[in-house]
Amino acid sequence: MSEHTTTAPIPTLEIKNLVVEYRTEDGIVHAVNGLDLRIEKGKTLGLVGETGAGKTTTGLAILRLVAQPPGVIVDGSIHLNGENLLMKSEKEMEKIRGKQVSMIFQDPMTSLNPVTRVEDQIAEVIELHEHLSWNESLAKARDMLELVGIPGERGVDYPHQFSGGMKQRVVIAIALACSPQLLISDEPTTALDVTIQAQVLQLMKNLREKYQMSMLMITHDLGIVVEICDLVSIMYAGRVVEHGSLEDIFNNTRHPYTEGLFNSLPNLEDRKAKLKPIKGLMPDPSNLPPGCAFCPRCDYAMEICHTDKPGKVYRTEDHFVECHLYSEQNIGEKVIGK
Amino acid sequence: MWKFIFKRVFALIPVIIGVTLIVFFIMSLSPGDPAKMILGDEASPEAVQLLRQEMGLDDPLLIQYSRYMYNAIQGDMGLSYKSKKPVTEEIWARFPNTIKLTLTAMTLAVIISLPLGIIAAVRQNSFFDGFSMLLALFGVSMPPFWFGLLLILFFSLKLGWFPSSGSESLKSIVLPSVALGFLHMASIARTTRSSMLEVIRQDYIRTARSKGLSYSSVIRKHALKNALIPTITVVGLQVGVLLGGAVIVETVFAWPGVGRLMVQSIMGRDIPMVMGCIILFATGFTIVNLIVDLLYGFIDPRIRSMYT
Ligand SMILES: Nc1ncnc2c1ncn2[C@@H]1O[C@H](COP(=O)(O)OP(=O)(O)O)[C@@H](O)[C@H]1O
Ligand SMILES: [Mg+2]
Repeated sequence: MSEHTTTAPIPTLEIKNLVVEYRTEDGIVHAVNGLDLRIEKGKTLGLVGETGAGKTTTGLAILRLVAQPPGVIVDGSIHLNGENLLMKSEKEMEKIRGKQVSMIFQDPMTSLNPVTRVEDQIAEVIELHEHLSWNESLAKARDMLELVGIPGERGVDYPHQFSGGMKQRVVIAIALACSPQLLISDEPTTALDVTIQAQVLQLMKNLREKYQMSMLMITHDLGIVVEICDLVSIMYAGRVVEHGSLEDIFNNTRHPYTEGLFNSLPNLEDRKAKLKPIKGLMPDPSNLPPGCAFCPRCDYAMEICHTDKPGKVYRTEDHFVECHLYSEQNIGEKVIGK
Repeated sequence: MWKFIFKRVFALIPVIIGVTLIVFFIMSLSPGDPAKMILGDEASPEAVQLLRQEMGLDDPLLIQYSRYMYNAIQGDMGLSYKSKKPVTEEIWARFPNTIKLTLTAMTLAVIISLPLGIIAAVRQNSFFDGFSMLLALFGVSMPPFWFGLLLILFFSLKLGWFPSSGSESLKSIVLPSVALGFLHMASIARTTRSSMLEVIRQDYIRTARSKGLSYSSVIRKHALKNALIPTITVVGLQVGVLLGGAVIVETVFAWPGVGRLMVQSIMGRDIPMVMGCIILFATGFTIVNLIVDLLYGFIDPRIRSMYT
């Protein structure tokens, strides 16, 4: 894939070999271990994985907001429109956060400041980046509220007067207030009721069209992936173990972990497989196995899996898998799930 | 809001009754005959007996108490056994001094301890953090009377910078307010630090950071107000300790306030005077707590909505 870089347009986001550690008193947590990601302009990438896979850490690393200490970005590069964010000064990052890249956090209940009016929390980011007066920023903040489906006059209320779904709408309004090029959504609907989830998701889809944003959709819900994503990266123990288009991932599943994710989903259409959760637990990220991180839970594990880390094997230009089951020769066929 | 204030003021009544009841009974149990005290040792037994009857000292305690409270409500707290002047007059004469001392001490404490606690939290585990928390540890561990004596020893006897007693010059308030304020500075700084540490770990701080605000504006605009909520609670609770401390510090520095008057009256078994002082302190404490609660609602909209 290296030959294509000269002609291809610069992607909105390109992460290469990202390594993030949390250096705690109890040892080093290897949260992200050489992660590669690429989001073309206007596309949405789903980053899918279990809790603890390092998804949130990845999102925070893009904004350079990994809690420090204990977090350290050890290696890699994060390019936004061709510029390496890891080389930016803190002052430069402050101009990027909220303006070029925004993030929606996992829990809307705790994401808003409880003692500040909702409209002030939106206006703040507008005033900061758009260089408007406070009153103009407030007016725009109310417009943003209307845009996410909340009456503008509710802006004078405080977060505790809003429901979870409304709070998440406010968080979305904050994130989109300055029309960012990239939106990182960290499980934006996980904390919400199912019916509200659908509404919020629909809202995000509409706004994505309106603003022509690229999006990193962090989730553990494959249903959301189908709804909203163009591409999918399956993340396990801090690495992308399989990546491809929706079609690649859903219909040409290669990695046993991806297969396991599907099998643990109830009643997904055209998949007759019975509900079969993946056995075991994610390995402790402060003590990862020397070989493939998934091998202790894998039904297909071979000897080599215990000792050597698998490299990338490409099925198509985009679709790749990191698994010892595959080689250039057999990547065309599906060797799992028979 | 007014309903809330009214309710709180109403709740003051049982507190005052409780406090005065306890003090009244304890004082009556203490040995010594008030009538004898008023008339002096040479008085004839007949005269003493006459005065006892006049003062109603032979009535059951509960009746005596009711009579006292009945008069007190009307603003008559009786005459001091010692000076023979009305209790209210004596107390009001000294009250401004106590207010002056406690307010100065409290202001001093807040002005110093808030920045101390905030900076300590923001620079957690730095030298500054360690130093200020050590200072705070001294503050909470040192009884104010002892710290007061140290101050006198050093700053008035050795250096001669400040007077060791009285309230004549502006300088004389320095040592007593430092002695009194230090303790509060310590506990306010510790609370501010720990609540600040708690707050800066919250999700909404991360949200604020993700907007592109600098760390210092996040602290100023988002962390501070939230961190102040527990601090205000502590300041409110500390008022009780502060008043208690005032009693001691006023005595150490011969500061002519209500606290010193109370100690002197207890020594001299001047029951009406002691009662008057206690009622004043109890009322003051509850009123300050009411103000603190209102302040609380001023900062935290979640509390404010509970008032209405
Ligand atoms: N502040 C932190 N200190 C120490 N470990 C952390 C911290 N934040 C996350 N981790 C650890 O890093 C790993 C990845 O976490 P996270 O990125 O939150 O995963 P995900 O979002 O996929 O659930 C987990 O093992 C988690 O316990
Ligand atoms: Mg997460």
